[in-house]
Amino acid sequence: MSGARKFDEAEYYRHEKLLAVDYRPPQTGWMDTPVDFRPGTWIYPGKPKHLEYLDLANPRTWSPTDEDWKLPANWKEIILAGIKERLEKYRSFKIFMDICVRCGACSDKCHFYIGGGDPKNMPVLRAELLRSVYRNDFTTAGKILGRLAGGRELTVSVIKEWFYYFFQCTECRRCSVFCPFGIDTAEITMMGRELLNLLGLNVNWVIEPVANCFRTGNHLGFQPHGLNDTLNFFADDIEEVTGIRVDVPMNKKGADILFVTPSGDFLAEPGIYTCMGYMMLFHEIGLSYTWSTYASEGGNFGLFTSHEMIKRLNAKIYAEARRLGVKWIMGGECGHMWRVLHQYMDTMNGPADFLEVPTSPITGTRFEHARSTKMIHIVEFTADLIRHGKLRLDPSQNDLLKVTFHDSCNPARAMGILEEPRYVIRNVCNHFREMPENTIREKTFCCGGGAGLGTDENMEMRLRGGLPRGNAVRHVQKKHGVNRLAAMCAIDRATLSTVCDYWAPGVKVAGIHELVANALVMKGQKERTINLRLQPVGEAEEQPIPEAEE
Amino acid sequence: MNAFLSLAAVLAVLLAAYVGTALLDARFLFGAILPYAAIATFLIGFVSRIVDWAKSPVPFRIPTTCGQQKSLDWIRSDRLDNPHDTIGVVGRMALEVLCFRSLFRDTKMERHEEATVVYGPGLLLWIGALAFHYGFLVAFVRHLRFFTEPVPYAVALLQRVDGFFQVGVPPVMASNIFLLGGLAILLSRRFRSPQLRYISLASDYFPLFLLIGIAGTGVLLRHFVRTDIVSVKELAMGLVGFAPVIPSGVHWFFFLHLSLVATLIAYLPFSKLMHMGGVFLSPTRNLANNNRMARHVNPWNPPVKVHTYEEYEDEFRDKLKAAGLPVEKE
Repeated sequence: MSGARKFDEAEYYRHEKLLAVDYRPPQTGWMDTPVDFRPGTWIYPGKPKHLEYLDLANPRTWSPTDEDWKLPANWKEIILAGIKERLEKYRSFKIFMDICVRCGACSDKCHFYIGGGDPKNMPVLRAELLRSVYRNDFTTAGKILGRLAGGRELTVSVIKEWFYYFFQCTECRRCSVFCPFGIDTAEITMMGRELLNLLGLNVNWVIEPVANCFRTGNHLGFQPHGLNDTLNFFADDIEEVTGIRVDVPMNKKGADILFVTPSGDFLAEPGIYTCMGYMMLFHEIGLSYTWSTYASEGGNFGLFTSHEMIKRLNAKIYAEARRLGVKWIMGGECGHMWRVLHQYMDTMNGPADFLEVPTSPITGTRFEHARSTKMIHIVEFTADLIRHGKLRLDPSQNDLLKVTFHDSCNPARAMGILEEPRYVIRNVCNHFREMPENTIREKTFCCGGGAGLGTDENMEMRLRGGLPRGNAVRHVQKKHGVNRLAAMCAIDRATLSTVCDYWAPGVKVAGIHELVANALVMKGQKERTINLRLQPVGEAEEQPIPEAEE
Repeated sequence: MNAFLSLAAVLAVLLAAYVGTALLDARFLFGAILPYAAIATFLIGFVSRIVDWAKSPVPFRIPTTCGQQKSLDWIRSDRLDNPHDTIGVVGRMALEVLCFRSLFRDTKMERHEEATVVYGPGLLLWIGALAFHYGFLVAFVRHLRFFTEPVPYAVALLQRVDGFFQVGVPPVMASNIFLLGGLAILLSRRFRSPQLRYISLASDYFPLFLLIGIAGTGVLLRHFVRTDIVSVKELAMGLVGFAPVIPSGVHWFFFLHLSLVATLIAYLPFSKLMHMGGVFLSPTRNLANNNRMARHVNPWNPPVKVHTYEEYEDEFRDKLKAAGLPVEKE
């Protein structure tokens, strides 16, 4: 390895070093082990201008490695009042503070613990970081017995620890599947981050997208003309591949459907191919739909900030649907976006009584399961199209691909959309293989970069957190020659590319609608000799599986 | 250290009961006052804890889904692991509470050669938990024979079934074996695994030692100390009838058992043992995943500052127009 590599590049980390995980807890008890902010394991703080734009607390320039974090003078009061308020507002928080028995069922379920061995990444201990303060200041036993009852005083070093470990949780909810009481670390991390935000403690990789989204409508900060140009460039590429010019309906009043997708689909490979896939599909079936520049983000980094911020960003979707006068809303392939759309949107910004129950204009299927929220997942829509034989598909167009499917955390564990994507993949690809049972569906492993952690300065944690997923991919790569990992999440498409390059080199990541579009036989198309990646379709030589450095 | 302190606390209870009853003869204190105080503490503590939980609303419907959602007609949904209606939720909760469904999923992570991670079955915790909880339940129900007259048929039957194997006189109760075996598994996990040892608090060891003490003294009473069972029943019936009596036939060793039980009852509402109530209120388990079918109402849903379309258009109007996109105001 080159010595010139920096800690924010994957190549900086040697496999044998990352793999030598020491699971033995330190000699000192966890209450007495201070956090070590080593490069590669934490994320740069939010820049003051973004906090100011969003009216968030305590905007200033600071760094986690500073001794003084420039907290407000009354920081302790703020936190204790914040805990009290949240205990009163959220039964989840109160119950999860009270009933953990520390049975340890969750301990080896977290990808960061599996890949890193830091005991505070065991979900139980991550929650104890907050619970210890709760016990000390909010329970009778803790007030009397203190440490003996598992309480500990709230100090600045506790706050530092919270910052480090609540931004080392991807809110993937895998641990909550295994918890006998359903304690959900995502919920605890969300509370932890809300509390930290009260002191102005957040990370730029979350707060900049939030500020962008509030202003421009999307995390990446695409302004209206930029988004319009981007989608028209995609139309050019589609024309090159298929010979067909697809429309780019934008901010179009009176369209039947508003389509919202994560802005990651507009920016970089391989997400852009998924976006092209949506456009080709909608063109082919003649769907009356529109994009929106104002509601140009399905994702919601508010989820990684506070409940209030979720609502502030999410409000646009219904507002825009109302303004444009559409009948219902369809959402693209994204993970945490669907946590928000499925579990929060209707409650926060509904009722959507001005919309109609989603009904496919092609098949006539009424999507009764979305009769209140009025929003369906594009993979539900496409699965229904395929089931009714409304698409001409040539799966052999994807014959060079040996595909496996990564269930994204939130669609799997906060929604349960497990079979639809598999049904679609099986219809558009001839070669599909599952990863091992304990690593898919509700037991799926996170990419290691969700919940606002997918930035390069956090590379060591991303690679460590990506180990369990990368390892399972590597397994099917060796066993079945898998070379493509399908995922319906924009963060996955970005972060799993890094994870696969590192742990299972040779496997590339694709969205489902990229695979759909490649197999889609469009009316009047020219002979399809290249796929959306502009790579030749057809006979390939048997490719050797690259050796991972082990 | 945490384990040692917990063990010491349990031994202190035993010592107090021994000194109080065998040496000082304060049998009324340990046989009547203490049990009443414990039960009063339990009732007040338990109810106020549940009320306190229930006072906090459930602003969002956040079930953890562990199976296929209910969506298209031709896709079979997993009604128990991802329920979409009340029947499904009842089923899910029943599986959780009666069979420890989530613990049954447990896997054990192992690192192998060549950098591979394997997730094998890890059922020890599930077995230990199941053995302990059911052993305890049966032992608890059996004890109702002391508090009822006539003894209900079901309790008497359970007593007979539990001693079905007819080993020893009086017969060894299968439930006691499960109870103590389960506790042994739960305790040894905490000692053996460095990770569990690291996370365990005194309040994790204390209930285990307490329960081992209760079961242990119970077994000794049944098989070795042989206190006068008729007197014990007289004492128990006196407590039930609010006319406490301490018959002289009761062996001092019995008060050791009773004191530990009273400690458990009084301790329960203030401890992690409240998971027995809390599990029913856990929002990731007791709600249906029907989020898109029926709106969930948040009672405190506050207004928030949003960026309206009008504000957006005001900022980007020129760019919208330059891109040929429609605007509301020219």
